[in-house]
Amino acid sequence: MAAELHVELVAADRSVWSGEATLVVARTTSGDIGVMPGHQPLLGVLESGPVTIRTSEGGTVVAAVHGGFISFADDKLSLLAEIAELADEIDVERAERALELAKSDADAAAERRAEIRLRAVAVR
Amino acid sequence: MGAQLRVYKRRIQAVTATKKITKAMEMIAASRIVKAQRKVAASQPYATELTRAVTAVATGSDANHPLTTEVETPTRAAVLLITSDRGLAGGYSSNAIKAAERLRERLASEGKEVDTYIVGRKGVAYYGFRERKVVDSWTGFTDNPAYSDAKRIAAPLIEAIQNETAEGGVDELHIVFTEFVSMMTQNAVDARMLPLSLDDVAEESTRKGEILPLFEFEPSAEDVLDALLPRYVESRIYNALLQAAASEHAARRRAMKSATDNAGDLIKSLSRLANAARQAEITQEISEIVGGASALADATAGSDK
Repeated sequence: MAAELHVELVAADRSVWSGEATLVVARTTSGDIGVMPGHQPLLGVLESGPVTIRTSEGGTVVAAVHGGFISFADDKLSLLAEIAELADEIDVERAERALELAKSDADAAAERRAEIRLRAVAVR
Repeated sequence: MGAQLRVYKRRIQAVTATKKITKAMEMIAASRIVKAQRKVAASQPYATELTRAVTAVATGSDANHPLTTEVETPTRAAVLLITSDRGLAGGYSSNAIKAAERLRERLASEGKEVDTYIVGRKGVAYYGFRERKVVDSWTGFTDNPAYSDAKRIAAPLIEAIQNETAEGGVDELHIVFTEFVSMMTQNAVDARMLPLSLDDVAEESTRKGEILPLFEFEPSAEDVLDALLPRYVESRIYNALLQAAASEHAARRRAMKSATDNAGDLIKSLSRLANAARQAEITQEISEIVGGASALADATAGSDK
């Protein structure tokens, strides 16, 4: 059996996704990082952006995280984010509307949030 | 109907209406406790993971971060007091306020100045009435707090602790909230959030028997800690808010249950009194009729002679 790592993707108010995976790719403040089973214990600061999880069944889970942390030890990986959504949960039309609204209101934070959502959907 | 009886009837009616209201409030509170408890449980994974991460950085590196190291002579402390927006919850808010008063006295006896921050209209009213200084206060969400509320509260607190004490900053951060133990028990407790007492945190993780691995930090231990601690504070405040909300509902349910019970007792004793009054009225009427009849009989017997 191929080595696996257990992934917990948790947002502040709920557990978003958990399961076994073979590879997790996330963006930290110093660049993209891919974590596979047996990686050295790691604790990093995440940039807002899409996180890709390759599950052991061969599927791919994409989630949009808005800030947070990645921590890995003993083949257990936790992704902590204040806000995290799976790409499947994201309503594209709503995100696009939010993006336009944010652009016209010059709300940089909202614009960034909407962009990350759309990027996560695009990766899927 | 006699005047006495009418008064009783009216009071029974009023108490019955009150009972209906308290009963409804009791049931609403009971359903909300479950929801609030579920929210507490849902926020748990994030809090646990975050605490683990903070412990890992703080113990796994020799980073001398201002948020983890204790000042030698702390002179100012911030206290965040969490109360409710609405009353009718028994001693809920006043217990939290009392706990804050005790903490304040203890801090004052240690020679620290206390800055107070308040959540909830009840606490604001208490401090406002006594004209005490409150640095900042938030109201309007205590029965169903969201993470954004915790973020809003945490922002000025984090700023205060990062400032130098001489420039209006604080050395310590305390929180007073009502811990939700069970449906029947809720305790007003105070806890120190910052600086982190690493011994406690480390003790907890060793008790669980897990050995903390040597982490590689990305980009560096200081940066991770810098980013981690504000989140830690937010998550602690969020957890406290959720527990306080659950406690508030539990306290309200209990208060409303005893109000309903009392109303029931009152109705019972009032209807006894009303029955007695009605009976007295009937007895009086009978004796009046009997008296009148016999007087009449006496009168006709007299005229016959």
